[in-house]
Amino acid sequence: MDAHIERAPLVIGSNDFTTVTDKICRINEQKPSFSWWIALLISGALLSMLGLLIGYLFLTGPGIWGNNQPVAWGFPITNFVFWVGIGHAGTLISAILYLFRQDWRTGINRFAEAMTIFAVICALVWPGIHIGRPWLPYWMFPYPNQMGMFPNFRSPLLWDVFAVGTYFTVSLLFWYMGMIPDLATLRDRSKTRIRKMVYGIFSIGWTGSNRHWHRYERAYLLLAALATPLVLSVHSVVSFDFAVAQLPGWHTTIFPPYFVAGAVFGGFAMVLCLAIPARVIIPGLSEIMTNRHMENMGKVMLATGCIVGYAYSTEFFIAYYSNNPYEGFTFENRMFGPYAWAFWTMTTCNVFLPQLLWFKKIRQNMGTLLMIAIVVNIGMWFERYVIIVTSLSRDAMPSAWHTFTATWVDICMLIGSFGLFFTLFFLFIRFLPVVAIAEVKAVMPQAHAHGHEDEEASTAQESQ
Amino acid sequence: MSQDVGHAVQGATEESQLYGVLAEFEDVNSLMSAARKVRDAGYKNWDCYTPFPVHGLDKAMGVQSTRLPWVVLCGGLTGCLTGLLLVWWTNAISPDGVGYALRGYDFQISGKPKFSLPANIPPIFELTILFSAFGAFFGMLAMNLLPKFYNPVHKCKRFNRVTQDRFFIGVEADDDNFDLLETTKLLNDAGASAIEELEE
Repeated sequence: MDAHIERAPLVIGSNDFTTVTDKICRINEQKPSFSWWIALLISGALLSMLGLLIGYLFLTGPGIWGNNQPVAWGFPITNFVFWVGIGHAGTLISAILYLFRQDWRTGINRFAEAMTIFAVICALVWPGIHIGRPWLPYWMFPYPNQMGMFPNFRSPLLWDVFAVGTYFTVSLLFWYMGMIPDLATLRDRSKTRIRKMVYGIFSIGWTGSNRHWHRYERAYLLLAALATPLVLSVHSVVSFDFAVAQLPGWHTTIFPPYFVAGAVFGGFAMVLCLAIPARVIIPGLSEIMTNRHMENMGKVMLATGCIVGYAYSTEFFIAYYSNNPYEGFTFENRMFGPYAWAFWTMTTCNVFLPQLLWFKKIRQNMGTLLMIAIVVNIGMWFERYVIIVTSLSRDAMPSAWHTFTATWVDICMLIGSFGLFFTLFFLFIRFLPVVAIAEVKAVMPQAHAHGHEDEEASTAQESQ
Repeated sequence: MSQDVGHAVQGATEESQLYGVLAEFEDVNSLMSAARKVRDAGYKNWDCYTPFPVHGLDKAMGVQSTRLPWVVLCGGLTGCLTGLLLVWWTNAISPDGVGYALRGYDFQISGKPKFSLPANIPPIFELTILFSAFGAFFGMLAMNLLPKFYNPVHKCKRFNRVTQDRFFIGVEADDDNFDLLETTKLLNDAGASAIEELEE
């Protein structure tokens, strides 16, 4: 590589190990700001609304939703796919970028992993309450029972249980394992007994021993290598829920890659929606989560957005080229039918507006970047809405057609799920280290020893 | 407790036993060269403590590569086999003589074969990943003997900075080569900024 090209530093400002630790731990150590309380109050109120509506649903039944035959999936499954998709960016940042040795990820990976966990929690709410008899969700699992029955393993819906369940568990392990050294940092800085105890328990006696670091780093690498195929499988399996069905508009082989690209696209938009405001609210954070991080995420959004746009056009081309009248009708109906407004919202938000990210000025301006990220999130929600509702409402048999209309409960529950997401998120930034402190230190220039006098064959003395 | 150690431990009561010495270093370079010296002096029960994984320190310490990947492989194979048996047992067969609740449920669905690998790959794949991840996480904890809520190194007040911005080398008293005066001198000559003795 040309020695004259200097790479942008990963941490900006005059920071050393001490100041980096101070800046990140201060977020957890000082009293929460007034704005944090307001934000928690609002998101907590929305979460309570979700809780009350779930109670209403359990007492009344799914009739309070707009769902009806043939659109039995409606909002709940749209929301499920939306939230699962959001999670994918977190795993992409933490695992795939780690395998590609993209050191810039260290500033944002903790943040993005937390977002993954919370998004998957939000996603898991929907199938749980959508099953009609919500007191029986354990029927989804293969356990020996008095009915002598087991679930059907040939069904994509059951694959989903395994895929999303594994995804949540592995993401949680990855997130927690990454946090252990930073929890130990918080433990060692604790001034009060209660803090010392709580952080002490969760940091499980971490001392920073190099023999521990050695196995820890290997475990981290292995988990990253496992999470990479896992994340690609999760949204592929979610897409099988649709692609394996015989419905026009769903039954396409392009769905797995198209869903994964869309998930990463929407997920990066959500990371930006969280990170840009957090950088404003939390002082010092923008030196670690720099403008360069935000710009890089904008670039990933542009790339995945183009893939999504390409997938849309392929779908339309195949609908025309296959000469299948049902497929052709479905796609015509998407563009000009009763849900044309949703289709064009989706296309504008996901395909046209993200093209603005080609301009450096727009990527580097946090205001415009945030606007585009919000727009993409809206677009990605509508993508799932369009796929589910347009295809189900008008299938091959006109006598079975039915137009879906959302009720106030549908809309309020969707808003309420954002309350759940943000409540978890605000609790996270208050009590847990929002940046992977140890990893950021490891990519700072001071972390590397000068010279390598020890290149001789190591006299390995002991076995681990 | 040996006699030549007893007088050197400051503030130690008669019953307490020496755990080892803990030396503080200011930066990565001094830690690295000190680690090489301790390694070359032939110590076995010693360790470096750092706020982040330091590149090259494994070699400077003479740490051998971990066997963790084998644990993960075993986890993965267990998961794969579990998944395969699960889908086959619950969906493809229903043998007589097995209890009603445990017997499989071989039900014909949309004319699909009762057992075919393609339709069953997703759950098998997911269980492989899940068990491998358990192997990586719990294997790492077990090999590191974590959780460990009592550790003599935490008695040292300076050691609180090990998770922030300081580097330490700890040599344990039960090492064969350990001699309080000589070990302290070695660490001191290697550039330690502070040295403390620790009780068990």
